[in-house]
Amino acid sequence: MKETAFLRKNAVVLGGKLRDRRLSMRKGLFYGLLFTSPAILGFILFTLGPMVASLALSLTDYNVFKDHTSFVGFDHYVNLFSGEDDLFYPSLGVTFYFVVLRVPAVILLSFAIALLLNLNVRGRAVFRTIIYLPSIVPAVASAMIWLWLLNPDLGLVNAALRWLHLPTSNWLFSEGSVIPSVVLTTLWGIGGTVIIFLAGLSGIPMQYYEAIEVDGGGWYRKLRHITIPMVTPTIFFNTIMTIIGSFQVFNEAYILTQGGPNNKSLFYVFYLWRTGFRDTEMGYASALAWVLFVIILFFTFIVFRTSKTWVHYEGGERA
Amino acid sequence: MRQSKFAITAGYAALLSISALFIIPFVWLLRSSLMDLSQIFTMPPEWIPKPFHWDNFHRALTILPFGTFFTNTLIIVAGVLVGTVATSSIAAFGFSRIRWKGRDAVFGILMSSMMLPAAVTLIPSFLGWKMLGFYDTYYPLIVPAYFGGGVFNIFLLRQFYFTIPRDFDEAAFVDGATYFQIYLRVILPLSRSVLIVVALFSFLGSWNDFMGPLIYVKSDSLFTLALGLQMFQGTYTAQWDLLMAASAAVVLPCVVVFLIGQRYFLEGITLTGLKG
Repeated sequence: MKETAFLRKNAVVLGGKLRDRRLSMRKGLFYGLLFTSPAILGFILFTLGPMVASLALSLTDYNVFKDHTSFVGFDHYVNLFSGEDDLFYPSLGVTFYFVVLRVPAVILLSFAIALLLNLNVRGRAVFRTIIYLPSIVPAVASAMIWLWLLNPDLGLVNAALRWLHLPTSNWLFSEGSVIPSVVLTTLWGIGGTVIIFLAGLSGIPMQYYEAIEVDGGGWYRKLRHITIPMVTPTIFFNTIMTIIGSFQVFNEAYILTQGGPNNKSLFYVFYLWRTGFRDTEMGYASALAWVLFVIILFFTFIVFRTSKTWVHYEGGERA
Repeated sequence: MRQSKFAITAGYAALLSISALFIIPFVWLLRSSLMDLSQIFTMPPEWIPKPFHWDNFHRALTILPFGTFFTNTLIIVAGVLVGTVATSSIAAFGFSRIRWKGRDAVFGILMSSMMLPAAVTLIPSFLGWKMLGFYDTYYPLIVPAYFGGGVFNIFLLRQFYFTIPRDFDEAAFVDGATYFQIYLRVILPLSRSVLIVVALFSFLGSWNDFMGPLIYVKSDSLFTLALGLQMFQGTYTAQWDLLMAASAAVVLPCVVVFLIGQRYFLEGITLTGLKG
């Protein structure tokens, strides 16, 4: 009698606890979704929905000023890749050239600056501020400053080159130098990348360097065998973000060059904007957008795949 | 770590020259904004304005209604900032302090949108806003901030929330607090510094935004500073003195905000959890 009463009592308690746990889990789901609902809704409304809509639009000849919109299937894509659109390949070429030039420049330069900032020198904080500061300058203002600095006749850069008896350049105004010039202007804003590298560098335990010192190794061996392997996750992150950002350069194209001279800086997103908003061919521009999306996806995928061979994660675990 | 005297000296010299290169454009901007045109055009270039033309600023900022542009920009910045801080911190709470099935998977999907080029969603978003009758208003620029306030900000806050011990929530739970009270009374007061970082990022993001206003705003009276500056350049191409004065006026608030908040800023970027 006593035993069963005890058991029953215990069962009730256990059952209650179980019910409580299940309830709190269900409640967790309810509150979890409640708190995250603005973000989830935002994702559906402003990312997923428009993405699907843009794919659908790319199969039509939608134009704001035309009454009739018809389904054209993959015509736009055929148009693009067959070369019938004689600006598509040039604009892709310009953008690839920019990416190929800019990504290594950004990564190498910001890594080098981060290494310097990681030295134990006086005034580190001041140097760090100075190097970060340009990256917060509004794109339009930065473009104005560079237009003026790179002005072929009156700009500071050519004046300095003349003073040093070096050849000057037409910078943004000649076909050969326009892309490198745009790369140069964007290098002023690498502060954010530098700071991320710096965060990666400061996470390296000192003992590793001390071990190399005991072995009598110099700075090169430290860099080669500790610093670089240890920051490969940061290099990986910065490379991906820089690639994605470089493919989408727009402000510089719009303000500095308007695609010129002779379409030699017809950056892809600028061409897309021009097609969709100036020429109002929004169906066609949507096809351009999807091509860009696939290209970026492809490159991100490649970097991810190769990362297994060169990115080092501490303890062998992958993030 | 041992650092040789030579390495320190060489590093110091390198840092000095790189810093100089990074600072020269600012100096060039400032000196040009205070000169008259004839001095600007002298070759070789001079560095000290003679005399200082402070009136350049007044002239540049009154030729176009920069006062209106400034107010407009402030309206957008404030609207975006409030939405971003409020909804990203709530969402981050839901993605870190509440346990629910599928939480991390959902967050992963949201994170993947960071890699999505904005160009892909540009045209349908524009058409959607236009259909709703919000073309040439600030709604398309402000409203999205109230829906999560950007994945990167959620990520940043979530990383920080994970560092707060769980005991805090549980203690509050035992006292009968609801999730919302925990968010409001426990988590938010502890996250002041990260919230400042998110606010700073949000401020700079909308202050510097060019493509958004370019696409959604048509009337001159609704122009932002970025659009106004661009219009200025189109109209007064060779007026480098005024152009530089206007540019300096647009840059200045950013620099001030950054210098005030930089302690939090650099901490915040480090907080993204990117360890070597």
